[in-house]
Amino acid sequence: MLNNKGRVTQPPEGAPQADATLSIQSQSHSGHKGLLMDEPLLFEIGSVEKTGVDFPGISDEEAGEESKLLAGLYRDEEIGLPGLSEPEAVRHYVRLSQKNYAIDSGFYPLGSCTMKHNPRLNEKMARLPGFLDIHPLQPQSTVSGALALMEELSHWLVELTGMDSIALSPKAGAHGELCGMMAIKAALEAANSERNIVLVPESAHGTNPATAALLGFKVASIPADKDGTVRASAVQDAIEKNGAETIAAIMLTNPNTCGLFEREIKEIADAVHEAGGYFYCDGANFNAIMGRVRPGDLGVDAMHFNLHKTFSTPHGGGGPGSGPVVLSKRLTPFAPVPFLKRDGDALTLVEDADETNKAFGRLTAFHGQMGMYVRALSYILSHGLDGLAAASGDAVLNANYIRTKLKDLLNQPFGDQACMHEVLFDESSLSGTGVTTLDLAKRLIDEGFHPMTIYFPLVAKGAMLIEPTESESTESIDLFIHTMRALISEAHAGEEERFHQAPIHTPLRRLDETGAARKPVLKWVEEA
Amino acid sequence: MSKTYYSNSHEYVRVEDGVATVGITSFAQSQLGDIVFVEIPETGTALNKGDEAAVVESVKAASELYAPLSGELTAANDALVANPALANEDPEGEGWFFKLSIKDEGDLAELMDQSQYEAFVKESE
Amino acid sequence: MRYLPHTERSRALMLEEVGAASIEELFNDAGAPVGLAPSKLPNHKSELEVDRYLRKLSERNTVAANAAFFVGCGAYRHHVPASVDHLIQRSEFLTSYTPYQPEISQGTLQYLFEFQTQVANLLGSEIANASLYDGSTGCGEAVLMAHRITRRKKAVLSGNLHPHYASVVKTISHMADYRVKEATIDAGLANTDAILSMIDEETSCVVVQTPDVFGTLYDLNAIAEAAHEKGALLIAVVTEIVSLGAIKAPGDMGADIVVAEGQSIGNGLNFGGPYLGLFACREKYIRQMPGRVCGQTTDADGKRGFVLTLSTREQHIRREKATSNICTNSGLCCLSFNIHMTLLGETGLRKLAHVNHTKAVQLSERLSEIDGVQVLNSSFFNEFTVELSKPAAPVVEALAANNILAGVPASRLWPEAKSLENTLILAATETVVDEDIDQLCAGLKEQLDAE
Repeated sequence: MLNNKGRVTQPPEGAPQADATLSIQSQSHSGHKGLLMDEPLLFEIGSVEKTGVDFPGISDEEAGEESKLLAGLYRDEEIGLPGLSEPEAVRHYVRLSQKNYAIDSGFYPLGSCTMKHNPRLNEKMARLPGFLDIHPLQPQSTVSGALALMEELSHWLVELTGMDSIALSPKAGAHGELCGMMAIKAALEAANSERNIVLVPESAHGTNPATAALLGFKVASIPADKDGTVRASAVQDAIEKNGAETIAAIMLTNPNTCGLFEREIKEIADAVHEAGGYFYCDGANFNAIMGRVRPGDLGVDAMHFNLHKTFSTPHGGGGPGSGPVVLSKRLTPFAPVPFLKRDGDALTLVEDADETNKAFGRLTAFHGQMGMYVRALSYILSHGLDGLAAASGDAVLNANYIRTKLKDLLNQPFGDQACMHEVLFDESSLSGTGVTTLDLAKRLIDEGFHPMTIYFPLVAKGAMLIEPTESESTESIDLFIHTMRALISEAHAGEEERFHQAPIHTPLRRLDETGAARKPVLKWVEEA
Repeated sequence: MSKTYYSNSHEYVRVEDGVATVGITSFAQSQLGDIVFVEIPETGTALNKGDEAAVVESVKAASELYAPLSGELTAANDALVANPALANEDPEGEGWFFKLSIKDEGDLAELMDQSQYEAFVKESE
Repeated sequence: MRYLPHTERSRALMLEEVGAASIEELFNDAGAPVGLAPSKLPNHKSELEVDRYLRKLSERNTVAANAAFFVGCGAYRHHVPASVDHLIQRSEFLTSYTPYQPEISQGTLQYLFEFQTQVANLLGSEIANASLYDGSTGCGEAVLMAHRITRRKKAVLSGNLHPHYASVVKTISHMADYRVKEATIDAGLANTDAILSMIDEETSCVVVQTPDVFGTLYDLNAIAEAAHEKGALLIAVVTEIVSLGAIKAPGDMGADIVVAEGQSIGNGLNFGGPYLGLFACREKYIRQMPGRVCGQTTDADGKRGFVLTLSTREQHIRREKATSNICTNSGLCCLSFNIHMTLLGETGLRKLAHVNHTKAVQLSERLSEIDGVQVLNSSFFNEFTVELSKPAAPVVEALAANNILAGVPASRLWPEAKSLENTLILAATETVVDEDIDQLCAGLKEQLDAE
């Protein structure tokens, strides 16, 4: 009956709800409060007659004329798209932006999301007309610079991972995962294999089992050891239990979602290979090891990158991402189209799966996220091998520094051990205070921090996953540590009510997620 | 006369005159949190013990109600579908999910009675 | 290294606190193997060096703005107002994450709610999600969704669906063990009968693009009716979203799910990505819909606010039972769309559509005057297909050398189809000026006249 929790922001059952009467935000006549501007919906301030774009020489009447070439399908009813003039639009969106927290404004230690600095050079490079203003279907002879850029990025990603080849086109991490698992399925099909079991550790990202299931694989879950990592013996047990001949692959995140390096990864890879299966590595946490450890040396057959995490391309409020997949030699022939082919001086993009290749098909129209390739390469060239290694080193140092400075107050669910780029605590040391992980997260908001990832991974009760990244200075991290320590002592001092009320210094206070899910309102409708 | 049985996946079965009323226990609803959506199969559906019989979603979790015994679904609680909060407010009363005609009385023997279930919950906490 | 705040001194102090002699030792303590680092890669570069290097690469490409440009087929060159790019580069939009903490993400959440409303209204559907990766992946997701709703396994595709979209559907269908049937290709013709004849009791959905890949427009009502009669859903695909400022919306013609490529509004060509998948459907399918959605609610003080909702459909909770494995949307591209559409408004969108159609009509009239060029379409919006007197690919290649990007030869999309060897697909948007058309016509004439 009972399943698992996601990244909730809802208080757990039984926790006192925020009391509306205790709001300390005083009212104003305008609806605004100093620099904090209230902003209605576009649909409440715009009108269908208004526009912020000029088309000289065309009257409204002309625009409404029906042409016989439209096959009698002219749209004459009102669509429902209000417009704004440019000054009104600029103000509307600037005000909206001011209601968002961002890396540029503060510390954002959201575990497993790698919220690092976004260099503005990357944005500038992606906007060069030679990258921004070229069409995916103009003749390949007119885009040799674009193909060369894709080849160079490919070279870096393949070298950094010690793999054989790359499929660039996946649009995001989960799409890359789908790509990698499809390549594995294609390789199995080519060998007439009926293997259908995919081993997935309990601590895996939710996308892993979702991807395996989508492709018709059966998911067999592997328990983690008490130190938070997967034992090769547990993998061996799972292989024996299901029968070696049924094992298609293992999907393993390394470093794993608890921020720990999978110490037995080579033995695990060997066990799976010996059984005849493939090793898919979720590369979401590559930031911890870039420039220092090559997954190819560990026995990985396929691994996706999240260019928006590791190479900072940026997050953009939830996308667009980019999820290239590196492949081992035995999976290389099955990579999807398009892929780059070099023949001496000639570089071409192969766009069709046909008898000359074993490509498993196509994942998306055109060639993938070019805009993200430019940003990622700009980031990579700026860092170089030395800079990438320094960045992963600092990311790991920062996480361990936080671990060391908080471990007397917060419990590490898998014992006191060095972590990689993120540190995991649970809420056990808060028990009896009436304060939960969620409450602590909401209080951090009032203190000017973005909360850590909470309630993920599911294997820790009341998980707090803190990923500082390499972008934070010692001073910034020290302030976070100081604040966390102060909040935890407040919790123990019986000030739970302040936690339950938090946040209070935000444009809005805790939101009713239950109401939103029970009666979904997904678009604006004019009130009758 | 009615008697209530419990499964280890936290469903209850209340048996009255050969008809079983099935729902989720008070403990289950407290663990799920605010329930926002419920999906129940159509009347006439034949269920086997252990089948995924209904979908329950809360804000933070999605799970299935497994058929605690085999039988044919004779009634679905439309009031619950319209107002899923009933499963939080009155899980073993108005928040019932569906009724089953019992196919095999033997299935009941494998379920727990109230005191066994209470001990089971205590243990899993 | 300009992006790293630590100095050797601060690193040393922190290492001391942690109790490790070096960062290498820290990695070793954490169980990561040492001595396997990559080599043979260059070290860091200054901003100036990177700028110079990438600029050089970019200059090897023929930029659309510097050419007579008529390329379409799923990606269209439109003018994006300057304020759009300025606004999306606001730090608070550019450098924030998915709005999991709604109290400090109302900016993102409110624009997603506005975006969903704009998309639902534009596509003529009841609800829309907060975007998918692009139109083609949205098309694949729509087919999977139709299979879940109908509990059937066969999709029927229009032969005039963009072949990349068809390929995405075929790839996922093959991998997930579903069936796909394709109707025949009919350049310049809305061959509805061919599609209708393929719908049967096993069909879960019919996928029809309008305007189709050759530019032809469809009245979807008959197909919707036929599909519904057999218990199947109609999935409509739109790759040129500006067309909906002039022609009827698929949702208003009976489509159950509408997927579209939203790139045309707010987003540049970018050599194919990032783009913007628009996804809309009937409200009754809300819990089968893939992707993130934003919903309205209230806060603890009773004020209106927005949250990501219905997340139990998603992979991070449902895991192997999720409706889709998707995790990311196209956040910043949604914002570009939302701002550009707000600047246009209904009035501006209708004018934009009018200019596009007028340019395309003008282009088709000029082209049909040329010997050896035959316009195939009897209907179109801003894109249409012509039959040349010789193979199109070499002609396009020769024109490209003279800075004329003449369109997409059908052989680029269907390399196997001999019958399409002479077929060329051209688009004209508001960015085309009369001189571009003159250049194209002159160049084409020269190529067709040459032996």
